[in-house]
This record gives sequence, C-alpha cells and structure tokens, in this order.
Amino acid sequence: MTNHWVDIKNADFILIMGGNAAEAHPCGFKWVTEAKANRKATLAVVDPRFTRSAAVADFYAPIRPGSDIAFLGGVINYLLSHDLIHHDYVKAYTNAPYLVREDFTFDDGIFSGYNADKRSYDRESWNYQIGADGYVMVDPTMQDPRCVYQLMKQHYSRYTPEMVTQVCGTPTADFLKVAEMIGATATPDKVMTIMYALGWTQHTVGSQNIRAMAMIQLLLGNIGRPGGGVNALRGHANVQGITDMCLYSDVLPGYLGAPTDADAVREEYLAKKSLKPLRPNQMSYWQNFPKFHTSLMKSWYGNAATAENGFCYDWLPKKDAPYDVLHIFELMHQGKMNGFLCQGFNPLAAVSCVKKVRESLAKLKYLVVMDPLATETSEFWQDYGEYNEVDPAQVQTEVFRLPATCFAEDTGSFTNSGRVLQWHWAAAEPPGETRSDLDIVAGIFTRLRELYQKEGGAFPDPVLNLAWAYSTPLTPSPEEVAKEFNGKAIADVTDPKDPTKVLAKAGEQLATFAHLRDDGSTSCGNWLYCGAWSQAGNLMARRDTADPSGLGFYPAWGFSWPANRRVLYNRANADPAGKPWDPKRKTIAWDGTKWSGFDVPDMAPNAAPEQDVGPFIMHPDGVGHLFALKGMAEGPFPEHYEPFETPLATNPMHPKNPLATRNPAARIFKGDEADLGTVDKFPYVATTYRLTEHQHYWTKNVLSSAIVQPAQFIEMDETLAKEKGIANGDVVKVSSHRGYVRATAVVTRRLKPLTVDGKTVHTVGVPIHWGFVGVAKQGFLANRLTPYVGDANSQTPEYKAFLVNIEKA
Amino acid sequence: MALQSLDIKARSATTTPTPQARGAIPVAKLIDISKCIGCKACQVACMQWNDLRDEVGDNVGVYDNPADLTAQSWTVMRFSEVEVEQGRLEWLIRKDGCMHCADPGCLKACPAPGAIVQYANGIVDFHEEHCIGCGYCVTGCPFDIPRISKKDSKAYKCTLCSDRVAVGLEPACVKTCPTGAIVFGSKEDMIHHAEGRIADLKERGYANAGLYDPAGVGGTHVMYVLQHADQPQLYADLPKDPHISPLVALWKGVTKPLMSLGIGVAVLAGFFHYVTAGPKEVEEENETD
Repeated sequence: MTNHWVDIKNADFILIMGGNAAEAHPCGFKWVTEAKANRKATLAVVDPRFTRSAAVADFYAPIRPGSDIAFLGGVINYLLSHDLIHHDYVKAYTNAPYLVREDFTFDDGIFSGYNADKRSYDRESWNYQIGADGYVMVDPTMQDPRCVYQLMKQHYSRYTPEMVTQVCGTPTADFLKVAEMIGATATPDKVMTIMYALGWTQHTVGSQNIRAMAMIQLLLGNIGRPGGGVNALRGHANVQGITDMCLYSDVLPGYLGAPTDADAVREEYLAKKSLKPLRPNQMSYWQNFPKFHTSLMKSWYGNAATAENGFCYDWLPKKDAPYDVLHIFELMHQGKMNGFLCQGFNPLAAVSCVKKVRESLAKLKYLVVMDPLATETSEFWQDYGEYNEVDPAQVQTEVFRLPATCFAEDTGSFTNSGRVLQWHWAAAEPPGETRSDLDIVAGIFTRLRELYQKEGGAFPDPVLNLAWAYSTPLTPSPEEVAKEFNGKAIADVTDPKDPTKVLAKAGEQLATFAHLRDDGSTSCGNWLYCGAWSQAGNLMARRDTADPSGLGFYPAWGFSWPANRRVLYNRANADPAGKPWDPKRKTIAWDGTKWSGFDVPDMAPNAAPEQDVGPFIMHPDGVGHLFALKGMAEGPFPEHYEPFETPLATNPMHPKNPLATRNPAARIFKGDEADLGTVDKFPYVATTYRLTEHQHYWTKNVLSSAIVQPAQFIEMDETLAKEKGIANGDVVKVSSHRGYVRATAVVTRRLKPLTVDGKTVHTVGVPIHWGFVGVAKQGFLANRLTPYVGDANSQTPEYKAFLVNIEKA
Repeated sequence: MALQSLDIKARSATTTPTPQARGAIPVAKLIDISKCIGCKACQVACMQWNDLRDEVGDNVGVYDNPADLTAQSWTVMRFSEVEVEQGRLEWLIRKDGCMHCADPGCLKACPAPGAIVQYANGIVDFHEEHCIGCGYCVTGCPFDIPRISKKDSKAYKCTLCSDRVAVGLEPACVKTCPTGAIVFGSKEDMIHHAEGRIADLKERGYANAGLYDPAGVGGTHVMYVLQHADQPQLYADLPKDPHISPLVALWKGVTKPLMSLGIGVAVLAGFFHYVTAGPKEVEEENETD
C-alpha cells in the first residue's frame, strides 16, 4: 500500500476492484465501514461476482474476468474527455507535459520495438526526448502532440463506454456510474482510494491492471494524499515482509535490483542502478543505490567484504533468467533440479497446473518441506484416490518433513500491507520437536558450512565467509536478526557537510538509511527497514495510540518503512507552493524553512518549494509516471489483451491483429501452449478465489473453519445451470484442458451471464481452499484447472481467467 | 454497573416473586445487517467461547454453514439473494439466533421450574440442568430458535453470553465482529445508535430502513438494523410481526390457570375435608407392622 490500513477511513470514495476486501481482508475492511460511517464515504465494487464486499457496497457493477484494463482505460478516457482531472497536480507532479521520442509508436495493439520470435520488446523508443542540457524536454502547455498527455489522450480515445461494454460485458450505464463516482474525486477536497489484491495481479496483464489504476489516481491527484493512494491488500500476515526481504529472485532485500549475467562488473552495475536526475534539482533517490548495496554486502559478509574485493560482489549470483515460481517448476519438470527446499509454501496446491507440479516434484531426488503441518506438497507422493492419483512406487523423491513453528509460537516482526512492522511475541510453546524456521535454516546452514570446511568444494568462499555472528549459531535470536537487518555503524559515520559531526558512533545501531555509506563503514540487511531497531531500541514493539493528526497515522505505533513514513509520496499532499491541497487533510507542509507536520516528509527536509523538487523522489524525473517509460514488459501504456484462454475469437480492440489477441510479451514455455484449452471445448470462463471462512490451504486443518465452510463448491449462474440441467446442490464436474474438479454446485444470482463482443459469456466460480489433507471434507485442488502462464512482469500465474467446461457429474 | 446484574426477572414454572431491590438496565445487541459482510467470525467466536463444535457438514448449495441452528450452533448466518429493485441484486446476510424477547414465548411455555430464566437486564437464558427436554420452548419460540440436543435431550440456544455480560464483557460475537456490525450496550443506547445508522441508510437510498424490535413479543434484546424494515421476511424469513404461538397462549392463558385452579380446588377440597373430617386416624393394628 502507498498508504496504510487505517488511512482508508480518510477516503471519500472507495473502489474495490481486483479484490474482495470484505471477504479476504475482513479485519482491514473495518476501515471502509469507518469511512462510510464517519465521512459518509461511498463504496463501489467492480467484480465478476457479486461478492461479500458488494453486499455492503453502495454500487456494484459486473465485469468479465480478465477485462479490467478495458474498464480502467474507459475510466481514463472518461476522465480526460470530461476534463475530470486535477489539473495543477497533473501538470506539476506527473510526466503529462514531458515529450516522448518520435519513434515511439503504437500500431493496432503493438508498441514499437516488438520482436514476435522472442515475444519481447526492444524498449529503446519508450523514452523521453532529451534536450541539449541532458534533461527531459517539457511542454508545460501540454499541447505538443508528442507530450505524454496528448499521447495518453489519443491512446485511450479508443476506450469508449461502448467499447467497455463490448469487451467487459459491463452494462454501459453501470460503467458510467462508476466512472462518474471516480471522476467526482478529481477536486482537491475529495479523495478516492482503491483496494485491490490478487484479482488484479493474477492475470497475464496483472501488473498493467495496477498501472492503469495508478494512472487514474495520478490524474485525479489522489496519490500521496490521506485517503488516497494505490493500495495492494497483501495476503497472510507477513507476505509484505517476505516481499520486502526479497521474495522474488530479481531483487535483493529492499527491492535492490539483483545483478544479471550482464552485470559482471560491480562499478558498471552500481552506475546503472544509480539513476541520474532527468530534470533539474530532482532527488532521484536511487542515486543512493551503492550505499544500500554496499551496506547489504557488509551485512552479509562482514569483515570479508572489503573495498579491495569489491565488497564480495563477485560472490553474488548473476542470473541468466528470472527464477520465478513458474520457471523453477519448469526447470524441475525438465529434470534439471535435484533438490527443493520448500519453506512456508505448499506449491502442489498453490502453483498453477497441479499435474505439472506433481510431475515436477516426482523428478526431484529430494524434497524438504518445512511446515507446521502435513501439506499436499509433503504428501504429493501418496495416493489419495481421485484427489491425488499417484503410484508411490513410481516416485523416487525422498521427502523430508521438518516440523516448523506456526506464527503464534515464535517471536519476530510482521510487516502488514500498510508497510507497518509490528513486533510479535510467542504466545504458545511449540509441540514436540518443532523448531522455528530461523533455527531450521541455521541448522542447515551450519551443517553445510561444516561440510565445506571439511571437504572444500567448487566454490566455498560465499558459504565459509557468510557473517554468522549470532551468540548461539544454531539458534539465532529474532532480536539479533532484527538488529542485523536494521544495520549498524562499523566505523563512525559523520555528516558529509560537517565531518566533525558524528551521526552514529562505531558499533551503534543506525537510526535512518540516510546514514548508510558506500565505503564499507555501515552494514544494513535491508535499507528500507533501517530505523526499525535503532539506538532507541525496538521501534516495532511500540504500541502508542497517540494520533496527533487525527488522521489515524499513529506515528509511535510500530515502525512504518521507509523512515516511519505513513503515506508515501506525501509531498504530493501539498500544492507546488507547499500548502496542503485540502486544509482538513494536512500531513506535511512547507513552514517557510522546512517541511514539517504530522508525517515524516517524503522530501529533502529543506527543499524549498521554489526548487521544484518533485514528490516522486525515486524517479529520476521526480514525477509520477503516466507514461511508464521502459518500466513494463508490454508497453508504457496499459492496453487490453485477452486472457491466454479467451472465450472470444479475437481481441475486440484489435480484431485484425492476432499478435495482439493476448499479451504479446507474456512468457509461455514450450509445451504449455499445447495445454491451453479453446472455447469450442471449454466454453465457459472460470475464475478462482478465496472465501472469508478460510485462509489459503491452511485452515482446512482447523476444525472451526471446517465447520463454517466444510466442503468444496462451484458457483454458477442460474441461466447456465438451467441450460446444463444442473440444480442447486447437484454435484458437478468442472474440467479444463489440464484437469478437473468435482464439487457441489451453488447456483446463484450473484453470477450473471454477460454479453461480450456479441456473445453470451458465463463465468464459473471456483473457490480454492480444499485439498486432500486436513479436517475439512476432502476436495480437489483448484489449481488442477489453472494454466501454466503468468504475468509478463511478475510471472504471477493467470489464476483468475481461464476456460472450462461444466457438466452434471 | 447494572448491565451486569444477574437478578432474575422471570423464571419458568415458578410463582416465587423475583427480586426488585436492585435496578437493572435492559441490555441489547444490535445487529446492523447493512454492515455485515457474512464472515462468520461471530459463529466461530460463539463456538470458541461456549466450547461448541458442530459436525463438519456438507455444502448443500448455499453459503449457510452449518445449514441450520443446532444444539452445537447457537448462531448461524443466513444468506438471502433478493432484488427489491428490479435488476439490483442485494445479498442480505442475517445473523440468526435467539432474539431475547422481552416477552419470551419459550419461558412462558416451559413447564420445568427454573429451566428458563429471564434476567433483569433482559437476557433470556436456558439452565439446562433443569430442562426436561419436552420441547415446549421450541413451540413457544416465534423465531424457531431453541434446538434439542440429541446427546442429552436438552434445549440449547444463544445465552447472549450471559456469563460474559455478568462480568462486564460484551458477548463473544460482538467482541469479534470485524466491521462493528454487531454492537452491544444498554437497549436505550442501542436504539440511539440504530437511529444514526438508519438516517445514514435513508441518505443512501434505503427509504424503508428501520429498526427491528418487534412489539408483538414486547420488543427484543437482540435487534436488527434492516435496509428494508418494511419487509423483514426478505431476510431469510424473519417474521414481520412475531407473536407467541396461540398454543402457548392457550397453555398459559386458559389451560394453565385452569390447571392451577384445578390444583387449588384439590388443595382447598383437601383442607375442607381435613377441617370437616379431621386427621385421618391410624389404625392400631397397622402400627405394629
């Protein structure tokens, strides 16, 4: 979240789209009810299903799964054509007035630079025009046909309300109603928030769904403002924490881009990441990348990391490809992996296409599962009849189960969706031989190190030299690890403006990432978490309910990364002169000498408004990107592409260009294309989702959760049920090209057939949560149905839109 | 705080006068259906506080699980898909359970002394140790709430967490509700709270929003805020104008006084017989046995 959970109460209008907050985030949803009760906020829900969120919404509009960009593009067109944008904000804080290169083009669904054989773009033309001064060329009047504003206007002019209806199936009046509600927040005194989750990410265009909404929020001037922002609702308690700590292989902790094969030389890598300002006076904060990176290497390798050896840069793996979950299982499937350590993860249930995952696991020599419970993954080799048909004699994989503590049995920090780190304390003793994940990893590491010590090996240095200065190496304490990721001064850290002034003495915990250095004098395991455990102690353990702003910021409750800032980009809450756009929603303001107020300024504290320092300090140009430059795999403007399994013959926006039917830059592995189904055999759209009674695949082990939602079911509309002769409560079989599930039919009015591109499209709902382990009724893993293809940027599988058939079983 | 008083106001099949000395404030639980997301956290909290675990059932084509109230499920969510305005679907989710009537039909019907009590704060509670399993409370309830356990043939239902309320805590369902759809306090405060919610709903276009506190049972200590108070039956057949079953009225209104009269007549007859005939003399030969 750019903002945070409590801040939702400050919104005037709340849109839930690409998520179902009431269902999946019932506790966070309380802030929606606060906004409704105390601000008279309105709530609209756009979803393929009439969800539990819709049940308490002021307005609901249906949409076909996988058509969100068409809807959001329609909103952008509506805002631009009705002039419902926050002009001063757009002009000052976005790249709307910036000029784009002449060779950037868009032709019938394909942007310039496309290579069809590689299914990827050369993104060179997706860039600004740079003037003789080395800075981006700007047209403040926004009239130049090459400025972002004009290009954007032209791009989205095709997204008419009629086109939205044709692509999404949303009735035009419903679309216009939502667009009108959104547009009403273009004024400085009205702010809208968006709450989204996996309903946007789990598409082959997932990242662009979110980009489209970010553009809308920029146009409305709602980013950086209380009650606004773009708010991802994360999954279980610490999924934000693992993302911050590098869930993905393409980043190091703190979202530091990881080196690839192209980055053999440290200096070149650091220079590439240290983005230089593209406009005068901009902070371009990634210029500090070398400080963060060097401090990370010092944290990992301690004294072994020296200036002479490039702080052990050569020991870092340089990737030849993204190692996302789909790629990992693809390699496993090809027999290229021997072992798999599976921690806090149930891939047989959670990864798309169960058949492929099961085959992959069976090709391993060994599988280690660290989990509090038996999982489908740890049991993948067992025969559970129809739910998991396997001949154990044919599986040679050796499976080790290492019982791990559950969250209530250990101490540590959780980072919530709102970036707030909160310390938690063990509430119960773990049973039997259970160990914490930390202890398990420490045990594996110390044994591995011993082996390397005794036997040498191909490349022992990174293992033998890893800093492991915990008081008891086999059981590092969560406190020690937390202090380590916060970071400390190795030598005295002095003020660059006044070297006699010591900011942090050698050995002290650091208070802020502003004190990190690139000369090896500081160490820090994650620059974003710097300050969480400073000399003042464990700030994550704070529980002060003081709220001086009255806006629910609670600055002394836990620690919010970065720098305990509660709303990101908060400079944008004030106008260019430094006055809050809305005096009732003051966060920070320019007081004549500095930025001050109720939040930690996301701005150099002394940067006077006249200096024109942009609020989006991580960007080299200091502004929000309506045009994403080279940041996205499939184009700088989100464009609608059909899901990989589409019920339509073509993309209605590009009926004559088959290249633009599906995301032209999404990766699909050889062999998986053949596993995609077509509409003639699988005529219905399916989407998977969660239910409030359960948490992923865990709570089917919990009796009370099993009682309130005991057995698997499939949701379908009344018309489809009638056509197929299915009555409510009948058992049905849902099949995709990859597998089937059998479950009870819930025939409901909450799903409605939609007319899309002239044909009737039915959506079949497939709740996840069931499997063959646990105390709930046994069921089929929902991902037996889903395709093995992911988002072009994040590679998140397309769980939310695929094709199935349905029959009475 | 008088909210906590467990003074008995009424007791089944009992004529002993109830205590009057201490004041008690009537309590109420207010369920705002317009805020309810149907998450069933209240059901789980109820299970956990009261140590109840129902069977792991099946899906029968609806979200309602368990499918009905049982001796192990004292509250269940009932989901109704309705279109009050043509083309505008509403998913009304009502937390079902004991309404804690001011005039409780269950208590009136109950023939077992002390099996059902009404506290001075309005909570109607079952004391199962006195329950004889006759099921009259089921007949007596206008809301079809009590369930007879197959295990011990006794009647069970929501206690409004009388044990928690007695020590100044809110009921478990109230404590857990993430959206504040369930609130608890004095009935007066709850009515006031409801007024604010109803005004908000009216502004949002629900012209018939209102409070469900049916007069036919003397009002209830569990109340609903309904978006469509003119049509409570939309909410999984919530009765529009609940009354105690005429069978109970017959039992209480005519039959029971008659029976009491019969008992009284018998007693009187015995007394006069004693007065006129004197104590029965014991025969001498019997004494030697």
